[in-house]
Amino acid sequence: MRYLLRRSGFFVLTLWAALTLNFFIPRFMPGSPLQALRDRTHNKLSPQALQEMLTSFGFKPNQNIFVQYVTYLGDMLTGHWGVSIGLTLGEPVSKIVNQALPWTLGLVGVTTILAFLAGSFVGIVAGWRRGSTVDSVVPSVFVVTSALPYFWVALLLILVFSVWTNGALPSDFNYDNTLQPALDWTFISSVLTHAILPGLTILITSIGGWVLTMRNNMITTVAEDYIRMARAKGLPNRKIMYGYAARNAFLPNLSGFAMSIGFVIAGAILVEYVFNYPGLGYLLYNAVSNTDYPLMQVLFMLFTVAVLVAVFVCDIAIAWLDPRARAKG
Amino acid sequence: MTGLLIQAPAPTEATSIAARRGRRLWTALRRSPKATVGLAIFALFCLMAVVPQLFAKESDTVALTFQPEVPPSGAHWLGTTNLGQDIYAQLIYGTRQSLLIAVVAGLFATVLSVIIGVSAAYLGGLADEVLSMLTNVFLIIPTFPLIIILSAYAGKGNLTVVLVVLIVTGWSYGANQLRAQALSLRNRDFLESARVRGERRSYVIVFEVLPTMTSLIVANFLGAALYSVLTAAGLQFLGLGDPNSASWGTMLHQSQANLALQTGMPLWSLAPGLCVALLGVSFALLNYAFDEISNPALRPVRRRRAR
Repeated sequence: MRYLLRRSGFFVLTLWAALTLNFFIPRFMPGSPLQALRDRTHNKLSPQALQEMLTSFGFKPNQNIFVQYVTYLGDMLTGHWGVSIGLTLGEPVSKIVNQALPWTLGLVGVTTILAFLAGSFVGIVAGWRRGSTVDSVVPSVFVVTSALPYFWVALLLILVFSVWTNGALPSDFNYDNTLQPALDWTFISSVLTHAILPGLTILITSIGGWVLTMRNNMITTVAEDYIRMARAKGLPNRKIMYGYAARNAFLPNLSGFAMSIGFVIAGAILVEYVFNYPGLGYLLYNAVSNTDYPLMQVLFMLFTVAVLVAVFVCDIAIAWLDPRARAKG
Repeated sequence: MTGLLIQAPAPTEATSIAARRGRRLWTALRRSPKATVGLAIFALFCLMAVVPQLFAKESDTVALTFQPEVPPSGAHWLGTTNLGQDIYAQLIYGTRQSLLIAVVAGLFATVLSVIIGVSAAYLGGLADEVLSMLTNVFLIIPTFPLIIILSAYAGKGNLTVVLVVLIVTGWSYGANQLRAQALSLRNRDFLESARVRGERRSYVIVFEVLPTMTSLIVANFLGAALYSVLTAAGLQFLGLGDPNSASWGTMLHQSQANLALQTGMPLWSLAPGLCVALLGVSFALLNYAFDEISNPALRPVRRRRAR
């Protein structure tokens, strides 16, 4: 319990640090939202209307900076995220985010967890069968795939499966936009086929890291005395492999998983950009290229929250699986 | 990772020991096929960065000298862009900037992580609490969105901005690892004896602690360089780099903007991407080889002929 309390304190601190960065970056960097807004509206709106719009996302340059900061923190936490000043001028940020969020969660969330589980499994097998053919091939292959740039894998897959096959697999958007969203088979299959290539990209590039760390953990664990003890007791091999070695070797990988969510987000932004997949990463790219400050702020906060939630879930899982973590407090 | 700790011998003949350790490292590197391949790729790119004239005739890669959209031929190995620039020459001349970003950002990020990680472990107490808290916060904050936002605010393309941002966001992983290893070294006898001799703290850190951590520091440099290559290329690919610079990421952005894949010029996109991938792979291979050298348990089993 103390362990979780201490971690919660740390999360609050990290979130605060991220929000503070988020507040001060726009205010200390060159370029002003007012100017961006003026360009965007082609001077059609009156200065008052522009000021008002800016006020609505917490930009009050004449106010005391400390007051601004406190209101900003409150607004961020309570979901008063203001309105977009980018392409979708005037649209509430929360609405834009709500439209994009399910797509990112569905595509990136599912593939990441799949890659993690599959990678761990390959790592377990490779580490257990030390010196076998599997083990001699696995490190080299996955060292290479883990260093490939997300966007390059994406381009390669588009070329092979979409351009060369005359569009056998779609490489654009999240579903065939001639269809009406509905819960029927045509729509669902369209969503799924549109997810294949981006999903495969994330899978290929992110699986390597987890294979390698899992294999390394497994090799270290297999050398432990309790494994020899289990062998001496005459337990079946499969039971030692999963029940004794893999269970312990998996723990450090789980905390590694939480830490690498940040990298997955980086990859997701690039993948969504290449495939024009309308998730949060694509939204961030649009927000940046249209200098949509309120949207940028909210997205950065959401990405931080996503990592924090992942770390928190892994922390709970570790505390539940590992008595040592509980005891350490 | 779980680097095996190398017990340092007495520091009386520091130079000869360092030389011997260097030689041992060199033989170990040469014996590992992963390291050999990694080094070979890296050396080739270094050569391309230093003397691009050796590889390509056209030194002006921006000028619109040729006919546009020429398919690969003897004169233009990879064809030309939609504006009539030679893709192969752009590729060769783009090496310098990509390599520079990787090495400089990797180097400074490593220096930062050594300073923060080792002093956190060695100072202990409140300083450790504060520094490792800082490290953990930076570990969690998603860096790529932060980089995108920063480079959008700071004006596109400035190389210095990109470098600073990569360094600021790239040090935390290494600092965490280095702190862990330095902590496990802290109570070793050879450090105790240095303290008893009355050496200054700075001396102990620089001449006693750091040499025993060489392999982890090198591994960290490689990791940070890999991170910088991929991140910088991603950033330029999104169009947040200097649009006029000669670099692989910029080529990727131009080709993507002109739909090179869909209009029958796939090499324009794939070749610079392959170079980014190869440079990344060379760092990753070297990194893994270092892991194997510092942790013998991970080495390929030699009984059967592996690979």
